[in-house]
Amino acid sequence: MPHGESYEPRNRFTAWMDARLPLLRVMHESFLTYPTPRNLNYWWTFGGILTFCLAVQMITGIILAMHYVPHADLAFESVQHIMRDVNYGWLIRYVHACGASMFFLAAYIHMFRSLYYGSYKPPREMLWILGVVIIFLMIVTAFLGYVLVWGQMSFWAATVITNLLGAFPLIGEAVKEWLWGGFAVGNATLNRFFSLHYLLPFVIVGMVALHIWALHIPGNNNPQGIDVRQGKDTVPFHPYYTVKDLFAVSLFALLFSYFVFYDPEALGHPDNSIKANPLQTPPHIVPEWYLLPFYAILRAVPSKLGGVLIMFASIGILFFLPWLDRAKTRSARYRPLFRQFFFLFVIACLGLGYLGAQTPEGAHLILARILTFYYFAHFLIVLPLLSVIEKPLPVPKSINAPVLKGAGAAAQ
Amino acid sequence: MRKRRVRFFAAARAAAAALLFSLAGGSPAFAAEGEKPQLLKGAWSFDGPFGRFDRASLRRGLQIYREVCSSCHGLSFLYLRNLSEAGGPELSLDAVKAIAADYEITDGPDREGDMFQRKRRPSDRFPEPYDNDQAARVANAGALPPDLSLIIKAREGGADYVYSLLQGYEAAPAGVKLDETQHFNKYFHLTGGVLAMPPPLTDGIVDYEGEGAPKATVKQMAHDVTAFLAWASEPRLEERKRLGFQVMVYLAIFAALLYFSTRRLWLTAHGEADEKEESA
Repeated sequence: MPHGESYEPRNRFTAWMDARLPLLRVMHESFLTYPTPRNLNYWWTFGGILTFCLAVQMITGIILAMHYVPHADLAFESVQHIMRDVNYGWLIRYVHACGASMFFLAAYIHMFRSLYYGSYKPPREMLWILGVVIIFLMIVTAFLGYVLVWGQMSFWAATVITNLLGAFPLIGEAVKEWLWGGFAVGNATLNRFFSLHYLLPFVIVGMVALHIWALHIPGNNNPQGIDVRQGKDTVPFHPYYTVKDLFAVSLFALLFSYFVFYDPEALGHPDNSIKANPLQTPPHIVPEWYLLPFYAILRAVPSKLGGVLIMFASIGILFFLPWLDRAKTRSARYRPLFRQFFFLFVIACLGLGYLGAQTPEGAHLILARILTFYYFAHFLIVLPLLSVIEKPLPVPKSINAPVLKGAGAAAQ
Repeated sequence: MRKRRVRFFAAARAAAAALLFSLAGGSPAFAAEGEKPQLLKGAWSFDGPFGRFDRASLRRGLQIYREVCSSCHGLSFLYLRNLSEAGGPELSLDAVKAIAADYEITDGPDREGDMFQRKRRPSDRFPEPYDNDQAARVANAGALPPDLSLIIKAREGGADYVYSLLQGYEAAPAGVKLDETQHFNKYFHLTGGVLAMPPPLTDGIVDYEGEGAPKATVKQMAHDVTAFLAWASEPRLEERKRLGFQVMVYLAIFAALLYFSTRRLWLTAHGEADEKEESA
């Protein structure tokens, strides 16, 4: 809510502050008394989990930057120095490396949740658009960070991805060389990637602040996808959702810890334990798992420029989602047809992820093309069509009725 | 309503499982250039959540590295002092000093501005077998012996791969032509089995000394040197798994407490609203 009246300064200092810079008031109203729908399920805890992920990445990243050397001759060695000689360096680096994967896992779940419950629909279009900006920044940041290790996969991923920009007519070559700072991926590239990898997380923080702001104006969507009508529909954010979110974060941290402590290399590629060698191309260049679906889309198109455009479009199309899906009913619970197509879409995304790791030949290539087609068809054909032909089920009249009735029934 | 919820959760769980599966299995494998043979599975003491290195095995592995591998392969990320550190072979500092003194290093400049040779100390790195890559290639018929400090992490299959490779030499099958500098190893699948490294281990190539030492068979030596290299790749493995267990237990208790807090809290939330409804 934009301007609640729930905050009362407790003493003279806070009253003095409140008249000058109402920071405490804003915090109080945003994170303590903020009215939150009472029926949010555990899929809604991923916002809190993502905040946790961002904090973990920034804290570990700042510490890593104290020991890391962004130089082509020393970067790989300095990573080993962190792993072997820095106190708990192995812990900080593994948390940061696995943390990237965990961050994307949570972000993707968060996005699918939004798709399922129609959280991108009016009045939350800005909230959704900011979210798409954040995932785009996350992808860029993760790619830049992966290059910093300066292993074989780092170097060749950087080469492949920056070469994509060369596909653009006229300006492509110039942009590519400007980005490289030379005529190939080299020390200049690594050095500027380090600078940008340090910069972008702060831009993400800014976007997250806007994202939360854009959330707090209309308030949360909820599993029923209906508007908050009365006071009974909501509970204050604290303690109800602070405690619940913290519980979810602790479960997430258990999964996170499993990877950090017991299988830290599972999400990486063995070739990245070999120092970058511009004279030797690895047999298969693949990105990290979280970028595989986009990689599959890129390679599904026979033309280089076409592939690049389609890959960018696969994220770009998300910006238009609120206007492609015109159905009034938000939640998939009351949209039986949409629900089935939603799961088809999830399967298509997972399938693209699988195909991104395979060599693009034969059946794999055909399947990648079919799934790429479905990815776009889902947004451009299925959703607009469904908003016309689908007959939604009746939605409940209020948020609190089924919840409270359910609780009463359980008590009896 | 409730039924639909249940169905949704079942579907969502399946999707999550599929996602996790694609995480675990999605790390891309080398597409087979020819048939990819099944790797031999070593019995590694350092596997599993409570895995530890076998000190005696690491020490034997160090012996094999020094007497066999080190003539061609470096261990450039390791310091000699690492041999005495916790979680590794844990040699005494005197033993490490003795090993270090076997190798020389160029130091300097001294007061006269001259470089000089001195014996290595525990604070020095392991010596490099060649002055530079070109020298290494000349000595090995054009092939560059890789550094072994990260070899276990840098190969698909990890320890099992190195363990298999060391035991995988055999006569070249019909159709594979070798010149006199080439050898055939069925696990070296990237080039169809042809590699420049001659079989490094033969029975009894090193003497395992001390009481209760096993016989130096190829299999035993492959096991020991692979364990040593696994430690070299991941010298903090024991510390990591020990801390991991503490963290997991702590988080499990923390999560359980938060679970009960959440339940308790939400019971009162719905209860209060019930009362309000009745009084309204």
